[in-house]
Amino acid sequence: MLYQKSVSALQHMLQNKEVTSEEVTQSYLDRIEMVDKKVGAYITVASESALATARAVDEKRNKGEVLSPFAGIPIGIKDNMCTEGLRTTCASKMLDNFVPPFDATIINKIKENDMIILGKLNMDEFAMGSSTENSAYHVTKNPWDLEYVPGGSSGGSAAAVAAELAPFTLGSDTGGSIRQPAHYCGVVGMKPTYGRVSRYGLIAFASSLDQIGPLTRDVRDAALALNLICGHDRMDSSSAFMDTPDFTTYLDQDIKGMRIALPREFMGEGIAEDVKASILSAVKILEHMGAVVDEVHMEMTEYALPSYYLISSAEASSNLARFDGIKYGHQAGDYDTLVELYKQSRDEGFGAEVKRRIMLGTYALSSGYYDAYYKKAQQVRTLIKNQFDLLFAEYDLVLTPTGPTTAFKIGAKVNNPIEMYLNDICTVPINIAGLPAISLNSGFDRMGLPIGLQLIGKGFDEGTILKVAHAYEQARVLDKVRPEL
Amino acid sequence: MGYEDYEIVMGLEVHSELKTNTKIFCDCKNEFGGEPNTHCCPICTGMPGTLPVLNGKVVEYAIKAGLATNCKINQFSKQDRKNYFYPDLPKAYQVSQFDLPLCYEGEVEIEVEGEIRKIGITRIHIEEDAGKLNHEIGGTLVDYNRCGIPLIEIVSEPDFRSPVEVGIYMEKLRTILLYADVSDCKMNEGSLRCDVNLSVRKKGEKTLGTRTEMKNINSFSFAVKAAEYEAKRQIKVLESGGTIIQETRRWDEAKGVTISMRTKEEAHDYRYFPEPDLMPIITTDEQILNWKASLPIMPDVRKANYINDYELGSKEASILVASRKIADFFEAGASCSKNPKAVANWIISEVYSRLNEDEKEQGPMPIKGEDLGNLVNLIEEGTISGKMAKTVFEKMWQTGKSPVTIVDEEGLKQNSDEDALRTIATDVLNSNAKIVADYLGGKEAAIQSLMGQMMKATKGKANPKMVIDLLKELLEAMR
Repeated sequence: MLYQKSVSALQHMLQNKEVTSEEVTQSYLDRIEMVDKKVGAYITVASESALATARAVDEKRNKGEVLSPFAGIPIGIKDNMCTEGLRTTCASKMLDNFVPPFDATIINKIKENDMIILGKLNMDEFAMGSSTENSAYHVTKNPWDLEYVPGGSSGGSAAAVAAELAPFTLGSDTGGSIRQPAHYCGVVGMKPTYGRVSRYGLIAFASSLDQIGPLTRDVRDAALALNLICGHDRMDSSSAFMDTPDFTTYLDQDIKGMRIALPREFMGEGIAEDVKASILSAVKILEHMGAVVDEVHMEMTEYALPSYYLISSAEASSNLARFDGIKYGHQAGDYDTLVELYKQSRDEGFGAEVKRRIMLGTYALSSGYYDAYYKKAQQVRTLIKNQFDLLFAEYDLVLTPTGPTTAFKIGAKVNNPIEMYLNDICTVPINIAGLPAISLNSGFDRMGLPIGLQLIGKGFDEGTILKVAHAYEQARVLDKVRPEL
Repeated sequence: MGYEDYEIVMGLEVHSELKTNTKIFCDCKNEFGGEPNTHCCPICTGMPGTLPVLNGKVVEYAIKAGLATNCKINQFSKQDRKNYFYPDLPKAYQVSQFDLPLCYEGEVEIEVEGEIRKIGITRIHIEEDAGKLNHEIGGTLVDYNRCGIPLIEIVSEPDFRSPVEVGIYMEKLRTILLYADVSDCKMNEGSLRCDVNLSVRKKGEKTLGTRTEMKNINSFSFAVKAAEYEAKRQIKVLESGGTIIQETRRWDEAKGVTISMRTKEEAHDYRYFPEPDLMPIITTDEQILNWKASLPIMPDVRKANYINDYELGSKEASILVASRKIADFFEAGASCSKNPKAVANWIISEVYSRLNEDEKEQGPMPIKGEDLGNLVNLIEEGTISGKMAKTVFEKMWQTGKSPVTIVDEEGLKQNSDEDALRTIATDVLNSNAKIVADYLGGKEAAIQSLMGQMMKATKGKANPKMVIDLLKELLEAMR
């Protein structure tokens, strides 16, 4: 079936005119129509505009125009990236009626490359959460077992790839929001280095941590996706002045002699046995291919999670202040004073988790508490960066599980925010340090749920990550390839 | 105890809009006015997902303002978010600077009743302006045109001791910013506004009293009046045994009073933190040197030069340096004139009376400074009379032609031909026997009448000094 093809396969077929973009797009729209009732990956499906764009691309190709390798390829977008004329909700009641008047830089790139936007994907409200249960619309289900969460916050993006509702999707990762759902859904999720991908038009959760990245079927598609999305953008001051290499050149390479660090702190208490076993068997495979894997000690990791929740909540409390019911989004109907308008609109528009983070962040920035919380967290951030620098002086990559456990049952942790936050323990240090990392499937647990392996690289060294991830992907043996839906 | 037993202590926060072409964080034009919400874009209206990119000119202009006020420059500076909710602030935070402002520790000299006073500049930082609320019947409308207009905030030390000084300082600051060419300083467009912090204490006391802040005053005279009123109000409260509450007050111009807006308890906690969407502002030594070199000579230096080099009085010099346009004009005229002092007088008496306040500061001058210098030279050389010079000046003002051209074209050259004048004078004396008799009889003023006859006969071109000398000579010979 067309919808089962990878991006690289589709590119080949489209370029050789074995298939039209309309056929590919229709195949996905039919699949969405059939399967997404069960999975709930999408908030908005843009069938009409998708088909219209697909036909236009086919016409261009028939006329013999020189097209981008991505021309005619469909993509799904997490619903926190602004799409002109297409509703962008952040899975919040607050933005239920928000139709952006502009495109995010990443969406501009997608349109310039004649790609087909299938629709907007579900997520935790404003990207706050690890299960996609915080969506104001619906809970997205894990395609491997519909009673389980797909992870979050890019749960829609990961589930869509796993359930073959898009050849690939874009997510955003603030503390693990691409990698953790990739791990839960058994797909490849990559967070590039902070500054690699423009954040312009990505509705901010925590500005100093947010980064857009791809969720794909395999590592080759991840490399292709990075070629598409990376690059300097003058609209984003945090965008790096770095050349974008052709990331596919890192694939199919020998990894002999690669030095990989395995920090004990990420393999100890709280890490499920099945996860540990899967990571250790991956280590064996890597060693077999000639990589050198050393167990190492990494200090400060226990402070990463609290620091992350302070910094991200502080920035969020400010970033989300603009949703005040005045200019766009939800406006309360019943108010007498300006303050009431603010309070009512925000009370009605935001969900519980978003309110919790806003309160936490507001408190952390308050006069008298700033030094003890926000400032201290920023200091820890520097120390964690230093720890990674020390490791990277000796090693090419750091290997960890992507999360302490596999997917949990829907509803299992909704009443325990601390337990929910612990899901991010393996992923947040990477955002704190601004580093690139990938999560890819290393097997399944005894329940048949996917397990993710995380490879962390030096800043702007996505290439080495892709190289090792691809070699491992070629060597690993999986019991199953796709979920039954 | 009374008013005179107290000392007033004041500090100022002056906001000035920078005259960059575009706004601080987006490509929107930095223009005053326009239909509501026509000069804005997703970025300056704070649409979700948008990001700011700092306009480099804002840094340049702010640092120029700092250099012009003798500030030190933070070559590693950063921007911070100031968080508060108000409908004119679309992001619900203002991007400003908290602990690392671009400029700090400067100084401005003001002259108060002939005495030089130094006012310390604590800091100058950059920030974005907010929008504007229009309260109408049935509701309040928001206009975001002003959002993202770049501002500098110039914070002074609490160095002011009388409301008069506040007015003089603001005038001075305005002059400096206009010289540095970084702001239009148009009060009526709100491009220069100030907050006044004021407290009072008994003379001789060391500790400061509780202060109040009067916000957003957009006129020098209002600032002085507000300070005068507020000082009296505080003294009255203290004298009647009360205490001053730390609060923000508003100057009500119509009623001539300050009114409480909010107290310290109601004050915002702005929750400042480093703006994560913007990178630190790093400036190089070379940039700072270039910006410094691009600044014109500042008014204080020019004033001293005028007094020393051209022997102008302090008052005249002050008038000339009050506007860079006039000072440049004067310097052009003085440098080519035999009598710079006369050039100064011409500007103060004739040029100023023909310009309104705006024209004194900007727009083209109808005449060149050099031409005014040459006009003065024509008088000095005796080519034209002082009276004739006024006619020539008027023509210069209207046509922009040089004084020499006008004198030539209109045949206004003074008659200094002694033989010719002697013949005419003899005729005048012969035909005015009665006036001559009066003069000889002791009425010396009668010579003015004879002078008038001479001018009439020469159509005003006779060299007046020569005429007087000639008449006196001929009359004395008749005794």
